[in-house]
Amino acid sequence: METQKQLDEFQIRIDNGEKIEPKDWMPERYRKQLIRIMSQHAHSEIVGMLPEGNWITRAPSLKRKMVLLAKVQDEAGHGLYLYSGTETLGVKRKDLVEDYLYGTAKYSSIFNYPTLTYADICVIGWLVDGAAIVNQTMLAKSSYGPYARANLRICKEESFHKKQGYEMLAKMASGTPDQQKMAQDAVNRWWWPTLMMFGPHDSDSPNSAELIKWGVKTKTNDELRRHFVDRTVMEAEAIGITLPDPDLRYNEETGHWDFGDIPWDEFWSVVKGDGPMNRERIKARRKAYEEGEWVRKAATEYARKKKLKEEKAS
Amino acid sequence: MSTNLSTSTEWPLWEVFYQPNDGKPFEHAGSVHAPDAEMALQNARDTYTRRNEGISLWVVPTDQITASSPEDRGPFFDPANDKAYRHPQFYSVPRAVKKRK
Ligand SMILES: [Fe+2]
Ligand SMILES: [Fe+2]
Repeated sequence: METQKQLDEFQIRIDNGEKIEPKDWMPERYRKQLIRIMSQHAHSEIVGMLPEGNWITRAPSLKRKMVLLAKVQDEAGHGLYLYSGTETLGVKRKDLVEDYLYGTAKYSSIFNYPTLTYADICVIGWLVDGAAIVNQTMLAKSSYGPYARANLRICKEESFHKKQGYEMLAKMASGTPDQQKMAQDAVNRWWWPTLMMFGPHDSDSPNSAELIKWGVKTKTNDELRRHFVDRTVMEAEAIGITLPDPDLRYNEETGHWDFGDIPWDEFWSVVKGDGPMNRERIKARRKAYEEGEWVRKAATEYARKKKLKEEKAS
Repeated sequence: MSTNLSTSTEWPLWEVFYQPNDGKPFEHAGSVHAPDAEMALQNARDTYTRRNEGISLWVVPTDQITASSPEDRGPFFDPANDKAYRHPQFYSVPRAVKKRK
Protein backbone atom coordinates (compact mmCIF):
# COMPACT_ATOMS: atom_id res chain seq x y z
CA MET A 1 0.00 0.00 0.00
CA GLU A 2 1.14 3.50 -0.75
CA THR A 3 1.15 5.74 2.28
CA GLN A 4 0.61 9.49 2.19
CA LYS A 5 4.09 9.87 3.62
CA GLN A 6 5.60 7.99 0.65
CA LEU A 7 3.62 10.09 -1.81
CA ASP A 8 4.65 13.32 -0.10
CA GLU A 9 8.31 12.35 -0.04
CA PHE A 10 8.12 11.40 -3.70
CA GLN A 11 6.57 14.77 -4.56
CA ILE A 12 9.35 16.55 -2.65
CA ARG A 13 11.95 14.73 -4.71
CA ILE A 14 10.16 15.77 -7.92
CA ASP A 15 9.81 19.38 -6.78
CA ASN A 16 13.52 19.46 -5.96
CA GLY A 17 14.23 18.47 -9.54
CA GLU A 18 15.70 15.09 -8.57
CA LYS A 19 15.63 12.32 -11.17
CA ILE A 20 13.73 9.14 -10.39
CA GLU A 21 15.70 6.00 -11.23
CA PRO A 22 14.32 2.50 -11.98
CA LYS A 23 14.79 0.98 -8.53
CA ASP A 24 13.57 4.05 -6.62
CA TRP A 25 10.20 4.00 -4.92
CA MET A 26 7.50 5.50 -7.12
CA PRO A 27 3.69 5.65 -6.98
CA GLU A 28 2.06 2.82 -8.93
CA ARG A 29 0.20 5.38 -11.01
CA TYR A 30 3.46 7.16 -11.94
CA ARG A 31 4.86 3.85 -13.16
CA LYS A 32 1.68 3.08 -15.14
CA GLN A 33 1.55 6.50 -16.77
CA LEU A 34 5.23 6.27 -17.72
CA ILE A 35 4.78 2.82 -19.25
CA ARG A 36 1.85 4.18 -21.25
CA ILE A 37 3.50 7.29 -22.63
CA MET A 38 6.99 5.85 -23.09
CA SER A 39 5.76 2.78 -24.98
CA GLN A 40 3.38 4.91 -27.04
CA HIS A 41 6.36 7.09 -27.93
CA ALA A 42 8.39 3.98 -28.87
CA HIS A 43 5.61 2.53 -31.06
CA SER A 44 5.34 5.90 -32.83
CA GLU A 45 9.03 5.87 -33.76
CA ILE A 46 8.67 2.36 -35.20
CA VAL A 47 5.43 2.91 -37.10
CA GLY A 48 6.86 6.26 -38.21
CA MET A 49 9.36 4.41 -40.37
CA LEU A 50 6.57 3.22 -42.69
CA PRO A 51 5.40 6.45 -44.38
CA GLU A 52 8.99 7.45 -45.14
CA GLY A 53 10.17 3.93 -45.95
CA ASN A 54 7.53 4.03 -48.68
CA TRP A 55 9.83 6.36 -50.67
CA ILE A 56 13.30 4.90 -50.10
CA THR A 57 13.37 2.97 -53.37
CA ARG A 58 11.99 5.96 -55.26
CA ALA A 59 14.20 8.74 -53.86
CA PRO A 60 15.13 11.21 -56.61
CA SER A 61 18.90 10.69 -56.33
CA LEU A 62 21.46 8.42 -54.72
CA LYS A 63 22.28 11.17 -52.23
CA ARG A 64 18.65 11.55 -51.18
CA LYS A 65 18.32 7.79 -50.91
CA MET A 66 21.30 7.57 -48.54
CA VAL A 67 19.95 10.45 -46.47
CA LEU A 68 16.48 8.94 -46.21
CA LEU A 69 17.87 5.50 -45.32
CA ALA A 70 19.97 7.02 -42.54
CA LYS A 71 17.02 9.01 -41.25
CA VAL A 72 14.68 6.02 -41.18
CA GLN A 73 17.37 3.94 -39.47
CA ASP A 74 17.64 6.64 -36.79
CA GLU A 75 13.90 6.32 -36.17
CA ALA A 76 14.38 2.60 -35.56
CA GLY A 77 17.10 3.57 -33.08
CA HIS A 78 14.76 6.02 -31.33
CA GLY A 79 12.19 3.27 -30.95
CA LEU A 80 14.84 1.00 -29.41
CA TYR A 81 16.15 3.65 -26.96
CA LEU A 82 12.60 4.13 -25.77
CA TYR A 83 11.72 0.44 -25.47
CA SER A 84 14.94 -0.02 -23.55
CA GLY A 85 13.92 2.84 -21.23
CA THR A 86 10.42 1.45 -20.75
CA GLU A 87 11.75 -1.99 -19.85
CA THR A 88 13.49 -0.48 -16.80
CA LEU A 89 9.97 -0.14 -15.34
CA GLY A 90 9.68 -3.91 -15.14
CA VAL A 91 7.78 -4.69 -18.33
CA LYS A 92 8.78 -6.99 -21.17
CA ARG A 93 9.36 -5.53 -24.61
CA LYS A 94 7.45 -8.37 -26.19
CA ASP A 95 4.35 -7.48 -24.16
CA LEU A 96 4.66 -3.81 -25.08
CA VAL A 97 4.95 -4.59 -28.78
CA GLU A 98 2.11 -7.08 -28.75
CA ASP A 99 -0.06 -4.56 -26.95
CA TYR A 100 -0.10 -2.19 -29.90
CA LEU A 101 -0.12 -4.93 -32.55
CA TYR A 102 -3.00 -6.91 -31.04
CA GLY A 103 -4.19 -4.89 -28.05
CA THR A 104 -5.17 -1.36 -27.24
CA ALA A 105 -1.89 0.60 -27.04
CA LYS A 106 -1.68 3.60 -29.35
CA TYR A 107 0.93 5.34 -31.48
CA SER A 108 0.97 8.89 -32.83
CA SER A 109 -1.88 9.55 -35.27
CA ILE A 110 0.37 11.50 -37.60
CA PHE A 111 1.66 8.23 -39.06
CA ASN A 112 -1.81 7.23 -40.23
CA TYR A 113 -1.60 9.66 -43.13
CA PRO A 114 -0.28 8.59 -46.55
CA THR A 115 2.86 9.93 -48.25
CA LEU A 116 1.59 10.73 -51.74
CA THR A 117 4.61 12.42 -53.34
CA TYR A 118 8.26 12.99 -52.57
CA ALA A 119 7.34 16.45 -51.31
CA ASP A 120 5.66 14.66 -48.40
CA ILE A 121 9.09 13.37 -47.37
CA CYS A 122 10.42 16.94 -47.32
CA VAL A 123 7.46 18.13 -45.27
CA ILE A 124 7.62 15.26 -42.80
CA GLY A 125 11.24 16.15 -42.03
CA TRP A 126 10.45 19.82 -41.65
CA LEU A 127 7.10 19.72 -39.84
CA VAL A 128 6.72 16.29 -38.22
CA ASP A 129 10.31 16.02 -37.01
CA GLY A 130 10.17 19.74 -36.19
CA ALA A 131 7.18 19.12 -33.92
CA ALA A 132 8.88 16.04 -32.47
CA ILE A 133 11.90 18.19 -31.55
CA VAL A 134 9.74 20.63 -29.60
CA ASN A 135 8.14 17.76 -27.70
CA GLN A 136 11.29 15.75 -27.11
CA THR A 137 13.36 18.73 -25.99
CA MET A 138 10.87 19.08 -23.18
CA LEU A 139 10.90 15.33 -22.46
CA ALA A 140 14.70 15.36 -22.18
CA LYS A 141 14.06 17.12 -18.83
CA SER A 142 11.56 14.50 -17.68
CA SER A 143 11.66 13.42 -14.04
CA TYR A 144 12.20 9.76 -14.96
CA GLY A 145 15.95 9.32 -15.57
CA PRO A 146 15.85 6.66 -18.31
CA TYR A 147 13.15 8.57 -20.23
CA ALA A 148 15.07 11.85 -19.99
CA ARG A 149 18.28 10.18 -21.17
CA ALA A 150 16.57 8.43 -24.11
CA ASN A 151 15.13 11.74 -25.24
CA LEU A 152 18.46 13.49 -24.90
CA ARG A 153 20.00 10.89 -27.20
CA ILE A 154 17.08 11.30 -29.63
CA CYS A 155 17.34 15.09 -29.67
CA LYS A 156 20.96 14.89 -30.77
CA GLU A 157 19.80 13.13 -33.95
CA GLU A 158 16.63 15.04 -34.73
CA SER A 159 18.12 18.27 -36.02
CA PHE A 160 19.57 16.37 -38.97
CA HIS A 161 16.08 14.99 -39.67
CA LYS A 162 14.52 18.39 -39.70
CA LYS A 163 17.27 20.10 -41.66
CA GLN A 164 17.37 17.56 -44.48
CA GLY A 165 13.60 17.97 -44.94
CA TYR A 166 13.65 21.74 -44.75
CA GLU A 167 16.54 21.97 -47.21
CA MET A 168 14.75 19.75 -49.74
CA LEU A 169 11.50 21.64 -49.35
CA ALA A 170 13.29 24.98 -49.85
CA LYS A 171 14.75 23.60 -53.08
CA MET A 172 11.40 22.35 -54.27
CA ALA A 173 9.65 25.58 -53.35
CA SER A 174 12.05 27.51 -55.57
CA GLY A 175 11.95 24.97 -58.41
CA THR A 176 9.70 24.58 -61.46
CA PRO A 177 6.02 25.58 -61.18
CA ASP A 178 5.11 21.89 -60.85
CA GLN A 179 7.61 21.40 -58.03
CA GLN A 180 6.33 24.49 -56.26
CA LYS A 181 2.79 23.17 -56.52
CA MET A 182 3.84 19.79 -55.14
CA ALA A 183 5.62 21.43 -52.21
CA GLN A 184 2.68 23.66 -51.32
CA ASP A 185 0.21 20.79 -51.70
CA ALA A 186 2.17 18.63 -49.28
CA VAL A 187 2.32 21.45 -46.73
CA ASN A 188 -1.44 21.95 -47.08
CA ARG A 189 -2.09 18.31 -46.27
CA TRP A 190 0.37 17.97 -43.37
CA TRP A 191 -0.10 21.27 -41.52
CA TRP A 192 -3.19 20.47 -39.47
CA PRO A 193 -2.27 16.86 -38.65
CA THR A 194 1.09 18.18 -37.41
CA LEU A 195 -0.60 20.66 -35.06
CA MET A 196 -2.66 17.75 -33.72
CA MET A 197 0.54 15.89 -32.80
CA PHE A 198 0.70 17.95 -29.60
CA GLY A 199 -2.57 16.39 -28.45
CA PRO A 200 -5.91 17.86 -27.41
CA HIS A 201 -6.27 21.35 -25.95
CA ASP A 202 -5.29 21.58 -22.28
CA SER A 203 -8.97 21.85 -21.34
CA ASP A 204 -9.62 18.42 -22.94
CA SER A 205 -6.49 16.73 -21.71
CA PRO A 206 -7.26 15.04 -18.39
CA ASN A 207 -3.79 13.44 -18.00
CA SER A 208 -1.80 16.63 -18.49
CA ALA A 209 -2.05 18.12 -14.99
CA GLU A 210 -0.92 14.89 -13.35
CA LEU A 211 2.00 14.41 -15.76
CA ILE A 212 3.15 17.96 -15.10
CA LYS A 213 2.76 17.61 -11.33
CA TRP A 214 5.06 14.59 -11.50
CA GLY A 215 7.52 16.29 -13.81
CA VAL A 216 7.08 13.70 -16.56
CA LYS A 217 6.21 16.67 -18.77
CA THR A 218 7.12 20.25 -18.01
CA LYS A 219 4.89 22.06 -20.54
CA THR A 220 1.27 21.68 -21.59
CA ASN A 221 0.05 20.61 -25.04
CA ASP A 222 -1.06 24.14 -25.92
CA GLU A 223 2.22 25.72 -24.79
CA LEU A 224 4.21 23.32 -26.95
CA ARG A 225 1.91 23.83 -29.93
CA ARG A 226 2.20 27.62 -29.67
CA HIS A 227 5.97 27.40 -29.48
CA PHE A 228 5.99 25.22 -32.60
CA VAL A 229 3.72 27.58 -34.57
CA ASP A 230 5.81 30.61 -33.60
CA ARG A 231 9.00 29.14 -34.97
CA THR A 232 7.44 27.51 -38.04
CA VAL A 233 5.77 30.66 -39.36
CA MET A 234 9.16 32.29 -39.91
CA GLU A 235 10.60 29.19 -41.52
CA ALA A 236 7.68 28.96 -43.97
CA GLU A 237 8.02 32.60 -44.91
CA ALA A 238 11.75 32.26 -45.55
CA ILE A 239 11.19 29.68 -48.30
CA GLY A 240 8.04 31.13 -49.84
CA ILE A 241 5.63 28.53 -48.46
CA THR A 242 2.15 29.50 -47.28
CA LEU A 243 0.71 27.84 -44.18
CA PRO A 244 -2.90 26.87 -44.98
CA ASP A 245 -4.59 28.88 -42.25
CA PRO A 246 -6.36 32.15 -43.12
CA ASP A 247 -6.63 32.99 -39.41
CA LEU A 248 -2.88 32.95 -38.80
CA ARG A 249 -2.07 36.38 -37.40
CA TYR A 250 0.65 37.90 -35.23
CA ASN A 251 -0.75 39.00 -31.90
CA GLU A 252 1.05 42.15 -30.72
CA GLU A 253 -0.25 41.76 -27.19
CA THR A 254 0.87 38.19 -26.55
CA GLY A 255 3.89 38.24 -28.84
CA HIS A 256 2.69 34.95 -30.36
CA TRP A 257 0.96 33.85 -33.55
CA ASP A 258 -2.78 33.19 -33.26
CA PHE A 259 -4.08 30.35 -35.41
CA GLY A 260 -7.44 28.99 -36.55
CA ASP A 261 -9.54 26.15 -35.19
CA ILE A 262 -7.97 22.71 -35.34
CA PRO A 263 -10.25 20.07 -36.96
CA TRP A 264 -10.58 17.88 -33.86
CA ASP A 265 -13.30 15.64 -35.35
CA GLU A 266 -10.75 14.37 -37.81
CA PHE A 267 -8.22 13.89 -34.99
CA TRP A 268 -10.55 11.72 -32.93
CA SER A 269 -11.62 9.63 -35.91
CA VAL A 270 -7.97 8.89 -36.71
CA VAL A 271 -7.23 8.07 -33.05
CA LYS A 272 -10.18 5.66 -33.06
CA GLY A 273 -8.75 3.83 -36.06
CA ASP A 274 -10.48 5.41 -39.04
CA GLY A 275 -7.61 7.43 -40.48
CA PRO A 276 -6.57 6.87 -44.09
CA MET A 277 -3.76 4.44 -43.21
CA ASN A 278 -4.54 2.91 -39.78
CA ARG A 279 -5.33 -0.57 -41.09
CA GLU A 280 -2.46 -0.55 -43.54
CA ARG A 281 0.09 0.40 -40.86
CA ILE A 282 -1.00 -2.25 -38.38
CA LYS A 283 -1.10 -4.85 -41.12
CA ALA A 284 2.48 -4.04 -42.15
CA ARG A 285 3.74 -4.14 -38.54
CA ARG A 286 2.00 -7.42 -37.76
CA LYS A 287 3.42 -8.97 -40.90
CA ALA A 288 6.96 -7.92 -39.93
CA TYR A 289 6.49 -9.23 -36.40
CA GLU A 290 4.92 -12.55 -37.36
CA GLU A 291 7.25 -13.27 -40.24
CA GLY A 292 10.22 -12.45 -38.01
CA GLU A 293 9.26 -15.10 -35.46
CA TRP A 294 11.17 -17.93 -37.17
CA VAL A 295 14.30 -15.75 -37.22
CA ARG A 296 14.06 -15.10 -33.48
CA LYS A 297 13.50 -18.83 -32.89
CA ALA A 298 16.35 -19.94 -35.16
CA ALA A 299 18.84 -17.49 -33.61
CA THR A 300 17.83 -18.61 -30.12
CA GLU A 301 18.37 -22.24 -31.08
CA TYR A 302 21.70 -21.45 -32.73
CA ALA A 303 22.88 -19.64 -29.60
CA ARG A 304 21.80 -22.59 -27.43
CA LYS A 305 23.69 -25.12 -29.56
CA LYS A 306 26.79 -22.98 -29.76
CA LYS A 307 26.85 -22.67 -25.98
CA LEU A 308 26.47 -26.44 -25.58
CA LYS A 309 29.39 -27.03 -27.93
CA GLU A 310 31.58 -24.58 -26.04
CA GLU A 311 30.74 -26.24 -22.74
CA LYS A 312 31.64 -29.65 -24.15
CA ALA A 313 34.93 -28.43 -25.56
CA SER A 314 36.08 -26.99 -22.24
CA MET B 1 -1.46 -16.26 -40.78
CA SER B 2 -1.80 -16.64 -37.07
CA THR B 3 0.64 -16.27 -34.26
CA ASN B 4 0.25 -17.90 -30.94
CA LEU B 5 1.39 -14.96 -28.89
CA SER B 6 2.06 -16.93 -25.74
CA THR B 7 4.80 -18.82 -27.56
CA SER B 8 6.39 -15.89 -29.39
CA THR B 9 10.10 -15.65 -28.77
CA GLU B 10 11.99 -12.86 -27.01
CA TRP B 11 15.79 -12.71 -26.95
CA PRO B 12 17.52 -12.02 -23.62
CA LEU B 13 18.32 -8.47 -22.55
CA TRP B 14 21.89 -7.07 -22.43
CA GLU B 15 23.11 -3.81 -20.92
CA VAL B 16 25.35 -1.79 -23.19
CA PHE B 17 28.35 0.31 -22.13
CA TYR B 18 30.49 2.38 -24.49
CA GLN B 19 33.78 4.19 -24.30
CA PRO B 20 33.24 7.58 -25.91
CA ASN B 21 36.89 8.33 -26.59
CA ASP B 22 40.40 7.07 -26.13
CA GLY B 23 41.25 7.05 -22.44
CA LYS B 24 37.71 7.85 -21.24
CA PRO B 25 35.80 5.62 -18.78
CA PHE B 26 32.92 3.49 -20.06
CA GLU B 27 29.40 4.86 -19.82
CA HIS B 28 26.03 3.12 -19.75
CA ALA B 29 24.10 3.62 -23.02
CA GLY B 30 20.97 1.50 -22.63
CA SER B 31 20.08 -2.06 -23.50
CA VAL B 32 19.50 -4.37 -26.46
CA HIS B 33 17.93 -7.77 -27.01
CA ALA B 34 20.09 -10.46 -28.63
CA PRO B 35 20.36 -14.26 -28.66
CA ASP B 36 24.09 -14.26 -27.77
CA ALA B 37 26.98 -11.97 -26.85
CA GLU B 38 28.24 -11.66 -30.40
CA MET B 39 24.93 -10.44 -31.74
CA ALA B 40 24.43 -8.26 -28.67
CA LEU B 41 27.63 -6.44 -29.65
CA GLN B 42 26.44 -5.98 -33.22
CA ASN B 43 23.02 -4.77 -32.14
CA ALA B 44 24.63 -2.42 -29.64
CA ARG B 45 26.83 -0.97 -32.38
CA ASP B 46 23.84 -0.39 -34.69
CA THR B 47 21.68 1.04 -31.93
CA TYR B 48 24.07 3.22 -29.94
CA THR B 49 27.06 4.14 -32.13
CA ARG B 50 25.72 5.18 -35.54
CA ARG B 51 27.71 8.43 -35.30
CA ASN B 52 30.97 7.24 -33.76
CA GLU B 53 29.67 7.79 -30.23
CA GLY B 54 31.98 5.04 -29.06
CA ILE B 55 35.29 3.42 -29.89
CA SER B 56 34.70 0.35 -27.74
CA LEU B 57 31.66 -1.54 -26.40
CA TRP B 58 30.83 -3.83 -23.50
CA VAL B 59 27.67 -5.93 -23.32
CA VAL B 60 26.59 -7.64 -20.08
CA PRO B 61 23.53 -9.86 -19.53
CA THR B 62 21.12 -7.63 -17.61
CA ASP B 63 20.37 -10.30 -15.02
CA GLN B 64 24.09 -10.49 -14.17
CA ILE B 65 24.19 -6.95 -12.81
CA THR B 66 23.90 -6.46 -9.07
CA ALA B 67 22.88 -2.98 -8.02
CA SER B 68 22.83 -1.31 -4.61
CA SER B 69 19.30 -0.62 -3.49
CA PRO B 70 18.05 2.95 -3.21
CA GLU B 71 16.32 2.35 0.16
CA ASP B 72 19.72 1.66 1.69
CA ARG B 73 21.26 4.76 0.17
CA GLY B 74 21.77 6.40 3.57
CA PRO B 75 23.24 3.53 5.62
CA PHE B 76 25.07 2.00 2.65
CA PHE B 77 27.12 5.09 1.89
CA ASP B 78 27.41 6.57 5.38
CA PRO B 79 30.85 5.15 6.16
CA ALA B 80 32.05 7.97 3.88
CA ASN B 81 30.19 10.68 5.75
CA ASP B 82 32.34 11.22 8.83
CA LYS B 83 35.77 11.03 7.26
CA ALA B 84 36.61 14.62 6.49
CA TYR B 85 40.29 13.70 6.87
CA ARG B 86 40.07 11.99 3.47
CA HIS B 87 39.91 15.41 1.83
CA PRO B 88 42.80 17.84 1.39
CA GLN B 89 40.74 20.71 2.87
CA PHE B 90 41.09 18.95 6.24
CA TYR B 91 44.75 19.96 6.46
CA SER B 92 46.31 23.33 7.02
CA VAL B 93 49.34 24.58 5.18
CA PRO B 94 51.63 27.55 6.05
CA ARG B 95 50.39 30.77 4.50
CA ALA B 96 53.55 31.31 2.44
CA VAL B 97 53.16 27.95 0.72
CA LYS B 98 49.45 28.51 0.09
CA LYS B 99 50.13 31.75 -1.79
CA ARG B 100 52.41 30.16 -4.35
CA LYS B 101 49.57 28.13 -5.91
FE1 LIG C 1 12.45 10.00 -33.97
FE1 LIG D 1 13.15 12.05 -36.50
